[in-house]
Amino acid sequence: MSFRQPRFPAMPPRAAEEAARVVVVGAGLVGLTAALDLARRGVPVVVVDDDDTVSVGSRAICFAKRTLEIYGRLGLGARFLEKGVTWKVGRVFHRDRETYSFDLLPEEGHEYPAFVNLQQYYAEAWLVEACTETGLVDLRWRHAVTGIENGAQAVRLAVETPFGAYALHADWVLACDGARSFLRRALGLRFEGQVFQDRFLIADVRMQADFPAERWFWFDPPFHPGQSVLLHKQPDDLWRIDFQLGWDADPEAEKDPARVSARIAAMLGPGRPFELEWVSIYTFRCRRMERFRHGRTIFLGDAAHQVSPFGARGGNGGVQDADNLCWKLAAVLSGEAPESLLDSYDAERIPAADENILHSTRATDFITPKNEAARAYRDAVLELAARYAFARPFVNSGRLSRPYLGYGEPAPDAPILRQGRPDWLLRHIGADGGFTLLARGEAAETGIRTLIIGRDIEDHSGLIAERYRLAEGEAVLIRPDQHICARLPARERDAILSARARVLGR
Amino acid sequence: MISDPDAFYAALMDAHRGLSPEESRRLDAKLVLILADRIGDLPTLLEAIAMARAAGSGPVADRLAKEAPRA
Ligand SMILES: Cc1cc2nc3c(=O)[nH]c(=O)nc-3n(C[C@H](O)[C@H](O)[C@H](O)COP(=O)(O)OP(=O)(O)OC[C@H]3O[C@@H](n4cnc5c(N)ncnc54)[C@H](O)[C@@H]3O)c2cc1C
Repeated sequence: MSFRQPRFPAMPPRAAEEAARVVVVGAGLVGLTAALDLARRGVPVVVVDDDDTVSVGSRAICFAKRTLEIYGRLGLGARFLEKGVTWKVGRVFHRDRETYSFDLLPEEGHEYPAFVNLQQYYAEAWLVEACTETGLVDLRWRHAVTGIENGAQAVRLAVETPFGAYALHADWVLACDGARSFLRRALGLRFEGQVFQDRFLIADVRMQADFPAERWFWFDPPFHPGQSVLLHKQPDDLWRIDFQLGWDADPEAEKDPARVSARIAAMLGPGRPFELEWVSIYTFRCRRMERFRHGRTIFLGDAAHQVSPFGARGGNGGVQDADNLCWKLAAVLSGEAPESLLDSYDAERIPAADENILHSTRATDFITPKNEAARAYRDAVLELAARYAFARPFVNSGRLSRPYLGYGEPAPDAPILRQGRPDWLLRHIGADGGFTLLARGEAAETGIRTLIIGRDIEDHSGLIAERYRLAEGEAVLIRPDQHICARLPARERDAILSARARVLGR
Repeated sequence: MISDPDAFYAALMDAHRGLSPEESRRLDAKLVLILADRIGDLPTLLEAIAMARAAGSGPVADRLAKEAPRA
């Protein structure tokens, strides 16, 4: 069982000049997520991509709980759970022994676990299917954007296809065209940050192995002295192995399959046949744009910010950008909110990107010590950690992606009974695209979708009580992206409506 | 104040005996981490870092001496 790389057909332009309300540039993980989110809200979207397939090589593999909840809201959660490898234990090795292990301790009572490992191409292929099924997403493969005029009233995109060029006039453009973003460069926007002076060999290896579904990280192992190695399990008997190579490594020579195979054989030991599926060499960077919204062109995902993969914050962060922006854009398009609501995307997601960059920078600095002192401290931490628990929190092989809390806590999930049947709370929050009021006791009639505990849903596990701490007569107002935005008396209609109006920027 | 500074100092010197410069450096790093854990108070630790950077001479210390607290 393995993935078959799809090739999507390219279509000729329909006309020399076309218009669309929303154009997503880039059908990568983030662009496809944004397109599906908008389509689920009834907004038709044109998506253009310069390529004709999904991610080549698996790239992102670790999908975090919040991301899974977003895919749950978009109707794809079950596929991630079914196909993905759920894991929660990480082990850290130093030289020839295990230093310690950690459990991400996912509390019980959430539909989604802390992490699921899945190749990015599966996620993208499912997103393409789901987008197509909505009938609202016009996916255009091998339509490359080659020019942009970012006007105050509309954006004009020049698009090239194998059949000729055309112009696409958009009210709004979501720039999801990846780390090398053409749109960002074409608009002359800065993308600054730090390059880590190190190279990493990333390999996906196919083998039958009975290693557990855990994250294993080695510092200075005997099979790869002086450097670090990471091992992760993926579905389809695929294993992700990252070898740190150092700055002096020759990227071309290192890609030689014989050389890569020798490294892997040294790691796995004799008698373990394997096949190389994908090999790539990376130098990692952390950087972001100063602002993500530029009038009618809004940047998301790697186009807006880039991190090193330690902590799995790139794809997860980008999906959370889409989660944050799409309901706002839909509200602006429907006239429910003023355009200024879109500025809150910047205000909310720039600090989130900074947090991701901070964590990923610190992890990379730990893994790649910059000088003698940094190396001495790193090794000191590892030596202490093997013996003393106090030193373990210093070990940083990647602080794994967690939601940013700066604009409210994502509504926690909880098992519920609905009409006597087991169900999950989050499935009923934001599912209709709007705000949700979750209340204990009588609630005012507001027109907002209201869930009354004890009437509409049953908190049989007591976990809603524990996680929301609602007093009798109290409610929380939850945004369409499942973030809690207000806590207020359930019966006060005006207070509830004005809280919603405030969140909508009115 | 430690009751017997000389004894502590001697123990510190003893701990480094026979170590290569690299091993010494790692030993000191381990000590710093253990002591930091015992102190357990971030502002105190940041103050200690500033004090260490400011003491002594040379362009860096001279610049930092102005900002660092005097304990
Ligand atoms: C080795 C590795 C491991 C990683 N591991 C993880 C992980 O475990 N978890 C995680 O969350 N993230 C991980 N990431 C990061 C993750 O892969 C990226 O953050 C994610 O792909 C970003 O998605 P995106 O849609 O913003 O950009 P991309 O996936 O790069 O998509 C951009 C799309 O835009 C298209 N495009 C570009 N230019 C144009 C143009 N001019 N016109 C039209 N289309 C265009 C491209 O063809 C592409 O389809 C990893 C990355 C790497 C390299």
